[in-house]
Amino acid sequence: MSLINATVDSAIAIAERRRGKLGSALYSGRGSAVIMRNVYALKSSTWLVVLSGFVEPVFYLLAFGVGLGHIIGDVTDGSGNPVSYAVYIAPALLATSAMNGAIYDSTWNVFFKMHFGKIYQAMLSTSLGPLDVALGEIGWALIRGFVYACGFMIVVGSMGLIPSLWGLLAIPAAVLIAFGFASVGMGVTSYLKNFHQMDYVNFFMLPMFLFSGTFYPLSVYPDWIRAIIEALPLYQAIALVRGCTLGNVDVSLLWHALYFVVMIVLGLLFTTKRLRALFLK
Amino acid sequence: MPKSDAHTSTDATPELMIVAKGLTKKYGDFVAVDGIDFEVKRGESFGLLGPNGAGKSTTMKMIASTSQRSGGELRILDKDPNQHGPEIRAHLGVVPQQDNLDREMKVWENLKAYGRFFGLKGAWLDNKVTELLEFAQLEEKRNSKTDDLSGGMKRRLTIARGLVNEPEILMLDEPTTGLDPQARHILWDRLFRLKENGVTLVITTHYMDEAEQLCDRLVVMDKGKIMAEGSPAALIKEYSSKEVLEVRFGSENNKEIAKQIEGIGERLEILPDRILVYTDNGERALENILAKGLHPVTTLVRRSSLEDVFLRLTGRTLVD
Repeated sequence: MSLINATVDSAIAIAERRRGKLGSALYSGRGSAVIMRNVYALKSSTWLVVLSGFVEPVFYLLAFGVGLGHIIGDVTDGSGNPVSYAVYIAPALLATSAMNGAIYDSTWNVFFKMHFGKIYQAMLSTSLGPLDVALGEIGWALIRGFVYACGFMIVVGSMGLIPSLWGLLAIPAAVLIAFGFASVGMGVTSYLKNFHQMDYVNFFMLPMFLFSGTFYPLSVYPDWIRAIIEALPLYQAIALVRGCTLGNVDVSLLWHALYFVVMIVLGLLFTTKRLRALFLK
Repeated sequence: MPKSDAHTSTDATPELMIVAKGLTKKYGDFVAVDGIDFEVKRGESFGLLGPNGAGKSTTMKMIASTSQRSGGELRILDKDPNQHGPEIRAHLGVVPQQDNLDREMKVWENLKAYGRFFGLKGAWLDNKVTELLEFAQLEEKRNSKTDDLSGGMKRRLTIARGLVNEPEILMLDEPTTGLDPQARHILWDRLFRLKENGVTLVITTHYMDEAEQLCDRLVVMDKGKIMAEGSPAALIKEYSSKEVLEVRFGSENNKEIAKQIEGIGERLEILPDRILVYTDNGERALENILAKGLHPVTTLVRRSSLEDVFLRLTGRTLVD
């Protein structure tokens, strides 16, 4: 029952085209419309906030890599080759900033849109489904993550801290990592009731940042601690990015990547279920 | 003006837009909507009248397929909202009780981005945005931030936004709550125009004057149930008298004096601050009261309204 004029597709015709397709009650194939909304919103936002996502890892690099690294000198990478301390931690900082950016977007920003802006409520009264919203928001986090990763790579590359051409793979790796964290983070955020509870997220994030092999190898730990840390996503992220930038490319990198593929799939299922429970109950 | 002539069906029998049978919504043990039946025809302006907490907004959410029913049947344009949520929402324009405009976007961006959510094309939307800004009398505010709009303007923008997809049904939840009288009248005028263009309106309100102004037909809801159904005039005719005499004797005395004026008019309703005498002739009822040597502090003869219907049906006033 197409009702509107022939020249332009009506909202109804567009929605009906998805009838019978898998997940048509949850997804209408328009995550891009959610990204568009964020592009509009970005134009009127403070650029300083946008810039901070890029500046943070650079500051860490200068303080620890260049400053502290001066005292430390060379360390050995996973394959036993000596590298400068800055070269050692640069990939870890890239992985961490991919994580932090994704978590920031999917907790603080999502929390605000969910509870104060009522942005999702408005989106879900159109023919968008909860999976469109989840994919759009996560997609937006990935675009930002990609831009930040490129910026960081340009800086560290020009400082001569990327010894291998394989290092270029660190950019898609950072996007993959951001995808994993964002898709889980959004689902977690749906449980949070107030800003105070956001501290729980930080309570988990900060120790993970400090102890996941960011600043030193895991060999300093006893085996059981090591096993726990190896199961955590940030360790997996750092191992993946470090393997790329140092050029230690082997099959193990595929396992690290697979870790994130699984995280993405489970995270998306989780987030969509939560959005559905929250807005389409 | 939003073009909705393309929506109107050509056959003579009015099409049923919404059909609810035994529609129920429970939140745990609490029954928000308790087995209600109603139908809405194409082009009709249908109202849900009732106090806060009557189940109006919950009913609206189920129609807008953003809330799943707990029981009963519901079909919107012959589609089941549990299965075809996005499709049904493509037919609807939703104006929620609290404006949820996007404060991070400008006025025109709010309309355009919303159109994108429906998958509508950019060039087509550009024209639509201009048309809707004109309809909402917001052309001059095109590039303003939404925060800079007055309450009435925000409401008009929210309605304009709900029209982006050229909906066949516009759902308005308490459309004029919180607006000053002038803003209300501007809004009512816009809604009349939509109705003239064949858009089906579903309106919730706890303002009887709004229901009388806007609704062809309405249901009176209380505690999740439908108490009565009909046109405003028919409901008043069925449940109230032609006129109402309001007399005040001071809140201390109303109850005592009510005993003395028992028998005047068809029926009395004793409220804390006044006594309502239901009668076909208010002036004559007043003469009868004065003839008993009683001296009310103030008196008012008025026509019956939906407020009286509600009072008769529930024993309570609409706005506490």
